[in-house]
Amino acid sequence: MLVHSRKGKWATWAAFFVLFLPLFALPLLVIVAASFAGHWSGAFPSGFTGEHYSAATRGESLQALTTSLLTALGASLIALAAGTWAALAAARLKQRGDGTTRLSRLCGRTLDTLFMLPVAVPSVVVGLAVLVAFSKPPMILNGTSTIVVLAHAILVTAFAYQSVSAAILRLDPAYEQAAASLGARPAYVLWRVKLPLLLPSLTAAAGLCFALSMGELSATMMLYPPDWTPLPVRIYAATDRGATFTGAALAVVLMAATLLVLFAVSRIRTKASYR
Amino acid sequence: MSSGIRFDSVSVAYGKNVVLDGLDLTVEPGEVMALLGPSGSGKTTALRAVAGFVRPASGRVFIGDRDVTSLPPHRRGIGMVVQQYALFPHMRVEENVAFGLKAQKVARAEIPGRVADALSMTGMAAYAKRFPRELSGGQQQRVAIARALAIRPGVLLLDEPLSALDAQLRSGMLAELARLHRELPDVSILYVTHDQVEALTLADRIAVMDRARLQDCGTPQELYRRPRNEFTASFVGNANLLPVSVGVGSVSLGGAEVKVDTGEVAAGVSATLCVRPHLVGLGPGPNALAGTVTEVQWRGATHRLYVDVDGQSVKADLRELRKPPSLGEEVTVHFAPEDAVLLSAGVTHD
Repeated sequence: MLVHSRKGKWATWAAFFVLFLPLFALPLLVIVAASFAGHWSGAFPSGFTGEHYSAATRGESLQALTTSLLTALGASLIALAAGTWAALAAARLKQRGDGTTRLSRLCGRTLDTLFMLPVAVPSVVVGLAVLVAFSKPPMILNGTSTIVVLAHAILVTAFAYQSVSAAILRLDPAYEQAAASLGARPAYVLWRVKLPLLLPSLTAAAGLCFALSMGELSATMMLYPPDWTPLPVRIYAATDRGATFTGAALAVVLMAATLLVLFAVSRIRTKASYR
Repeated sequence: MSSGIRFDSVSVAYGKNVVLDGLDLTVEPGEVMALLGPSGSGKTTALRAVAGFVRPASGRVFIGDRDVTSLPPHRRGIGMVVQQYALFPHMRVEENVAFGLKAQKVARAEIPGRVADALSMTGMAAYAKRFPRELSGGQQQRVAIARALAIRPGVLLLDEPLSALDAQLRSGMLAELARLHRELPDVSILYVTHDQVEALTLADRIAVMDRARLQDCGTPQELYRRPRNEFTASFVGNANLLPVSVGVGSVSLGGAEVKVDTGEVAAGVSATLCVRPHLVGLGPGPNALAGTVTEVQWRGATHRLYVDVDGQSVKADLRELRKPPSLGEEVTVHFAPEDAVLLSAGVTHD
């Protein structure tokens, strides 16, 4: 910590508790409290019950959780593959020196911009775009689970692309060159050297994509078929019809499931992460 | 396995910036060639042109009798060791050494034996199961060398391999490299360094580079005793470089006449006289010069005197003196005519 005096430290901690905890932690605590509440008319909830949870982990709600998990898994795997591929290609295009021209560097920068777009464009717009694009022949995906996964993949690929791009930039080209000098073909270098060294960033990117996809609502709303309703849509529907406490219980389930998966992903320790 | 390297007027440019200008150089099979020069002299670029990491703007590069100019790095059959070792951090030492063999699809049964050979050659057999991060810098360097040697390359490229090590380790590794080369007499070695001691110790021949160009090339003895230009004289070993005007069989240095072999340098022109500091003696003798002591440095085994002779500072390295002269004292220094080399100004700056 940069504050050294004892008083200063206390003041910093006090400021942290007064300003940041209410802002970041309290809303989440309120959700947890609401999820157990029978009534909430005064300042505090009352009539605690576990009923919302038994509803939230049964039938349609359980189905929604599975749907969300599968969608997020599919979307983040697609995003990771596409994002990594594009990031590797862009890095090669932008590489200075040997065999690259001004045109190829321009292509690399264009790729950067292209993959930034889904972040810059509101997700509602992305959802609408996907809906319009795939509702007519030759590709009719409207009303299928595929279109939801696809839209999520488009939305989160940008994040995979960016974090992998940053990692490639930090990767010392000496490794690749050493491997090449030892007689390894580029594909062999990619599988045996570059990807293993990028693995920590790849798992981090996968976790980020998964979390983003789990919480996606606005594009999903325009696309989901009745048999493929992700959890955020259920939460929205529950609160919309006034069942706030049920919605809160669903939200806690969503939160817990996401955190659990993120924790599991972060446990994927790779040899390269000990560098 | 083909061996030997030939540069055939190789030029490399980054945009308008020429970093290697028409290099012609041949490294014979089994020869150790040091590329010596300051940073930015083009020596590393020359090595990278052999490895295939830079593409020459013009000229050809040959390994053995094969033109490799347009071959990708992985098809050139080279071994390479760089300053920062570049060991793969996610692989154990033995996996690092086996990497090249697996990549080249060497028969599976053959790999463990060759890995063990390479590791024992560099004295790292006991560390086969370690990860690179568990090794010291010197040990990592040995593994990097073992990894490069395991694929039995015809040429070995060493890019400042010792500059990340401390001085003591460096001299040990230098002896180690010399031993390795004796064990592998067929391997040509291109050794890039800015350290003249490494070059003088290890190389059969030294190519001196400066400002993207080859300045001089010869055996260490030739370059040290008979440098062809001021740059070589000052970069390979230390030298007194004194401006003189040339007469017949002698030169005049300020007011003093000095006998040297003027060789082909025409009388009447100005030139530079090169004398190694350790060949300068104190007291009267042939080619005596009178001057004033401006600086005395004690260096343990030697004293370094700076003597001002007619406005020129002459350095003299003398075996430790019982009574070193004091500052401002008038002294006489001398050197044998055969120890001085006359560098004509025309050769110096091209």
